[in-house]
Amino acid sequence: MSELPGAEERNPVIFAATRPFRRLLPIVALAALAACAKAPAPSGQADPHEVANRRTHEANLRFDRAFFAPTSNAYGTILPQPVRQGVSQFSSNISLPGTMVNQLLQGEVEDAVHNAVRFLFNTTLGVAGIFDIATDIGLEERDTDFGETLHVWGFAEGDYVVLPFFGPSTERDAFGTAVDFFINPLSYVIPKPEGYLSPASEVISRFGDRYDYGDTFDALLYESADGYATARLFYLDSRRYDLGVEVEDDDLYDLYEEVYE
Amino acid sequence: MSNSPLSLGRRAVLAGLAGGAAALTLPRTALAFSVERARAMIDNVVRDINKIIGSGKSEAGMIKDFEKLFSTYGDVPRIAALVLGPDGRTASSSQRSAFAKAFQGYMSRKYGRRFREFIGGSIEVQGAKAVKSFYEVTTMTRLKGRAPFEVVFVVADKNGKFIDMKIEGISLVKSERSEIGALLDKRKGDLNRLIADLKKI
Repeated sequence: MSELPGAEERNPVIFAATRPFRRLLPIVALAALAACAKAPAPSGQADPHEVANRRTHEANLRFDRAFFAPTSNAYGTILPQPVRQGVSQFSSNISLPGTMVNQLLQGEVEDAVHNAVRFLFNTTLGVAGIFDIATDIGLEERDTDFGETLHVWGFAEGDYVVLPFFGPSTERDAFGTAVDFFINPLSYVIPKPEGYLSPASEVISRFGDRYDYGDTFDALLYESADGYATARLFYLDSRRYDLGVEVEDDDLYDLYEEVYE
Repeated sequence: MSNSPLSLGRRAVLAGLAGGAAALTLPRTALAFSVERARAMIDNVVRDINKIIGSGKSEAGMIKDFEKLFSTYGDVPRIAALVLGPDGRTASSSQRSAFAKAFQGYMSRKYGRRFREFIGGSIEVQGAKAVKSFYEVTTMTRLKGRAPFEVVFVVADKNGKFIDMKIEGISLVKSERSEIGALLDKRKGDLNRLIADLKKI
């Protein structure tokens, strides 16, 4: 049961690896958005790019086996859990202003204020966000991203796509991921080289996720009979669940009557 | 630990509201009673799961207890038929029951094995509502060091047993249908071979 991943472990991602391509991203992303604007409402698991997607999925698995999994293992083995948790909390705290921008764009003012207070507490009393004291006093994390902003604005999810390094996504969420690179106001304020702390901690916390949820990852990607199909199902349905999108699978439980009665 | 009482309270209230709204919009007589029955049934499931988690038994012992729970409260033949999907159309009735039996063992081993991750955690029923000819009973699972997550049990009106579980939106029937379909493809659609192999997975 717990092999079903939650939001935090869904995209085994190496942000840094995409650095050289970032200048191209807006162009690619615009094309993707144009594509998903005319896409139909989400329902099943239709996958018109399956051949290309499977190829990228295999490449991602090779990358995982050769680099991501072993590095994550080393990271998890060498550093104790409280240290890893500190890194991941620092990373999530420093990304909060970006989250707040998205919440404002969605009209979720209360969530943005909630996160602003959370950010103030954790940045000061939580020592630059290393300690998540805000959660302890009832200001839990309220996450969002530009993909969700697009959803709120009425864009359909588009086709299922597998991104290099980032893994499962949709055309809409791929565009959102690209925009989220630029959306955090802090990244324009903090000077270099301190500015690199944010993407660096983000990448390192992904290693931590890969280590902490290693069994889940392996069960999903390597032990299941068709890891590609499993990843697609899990990504699409859990993303729709997070966004509050009703999945149209009325016939899911009908088969029994049809065959047996 | 990292759960916020605020958000839990909010979720509980939302679940309660959803349940209340469903009860108001539906004919109250028989359905209201059945919503309560579905909820009571999942209360028992949850009580038994919590008992298994706290039993301190070995993995093999937990798997055995889980299989008993699965076959008592779940409609295993129906879940097996749903998972087999269109491939079940051409199956004989003896193949179907052999598959259901093998499937029950496979599910118990697959998920029972993970029960040790639940040690120290707990599950709680939050609300129930009628949806078409089913009831959805919402539960909240809290595991150590993880944000609480929602598991919805789908209970059939016909016999009051559960036919699916949705973990944060991911349906067990859907994911096992994909898995069993892939296993069957690997055996070139040979159901008998799948039944034999399922006992070893």
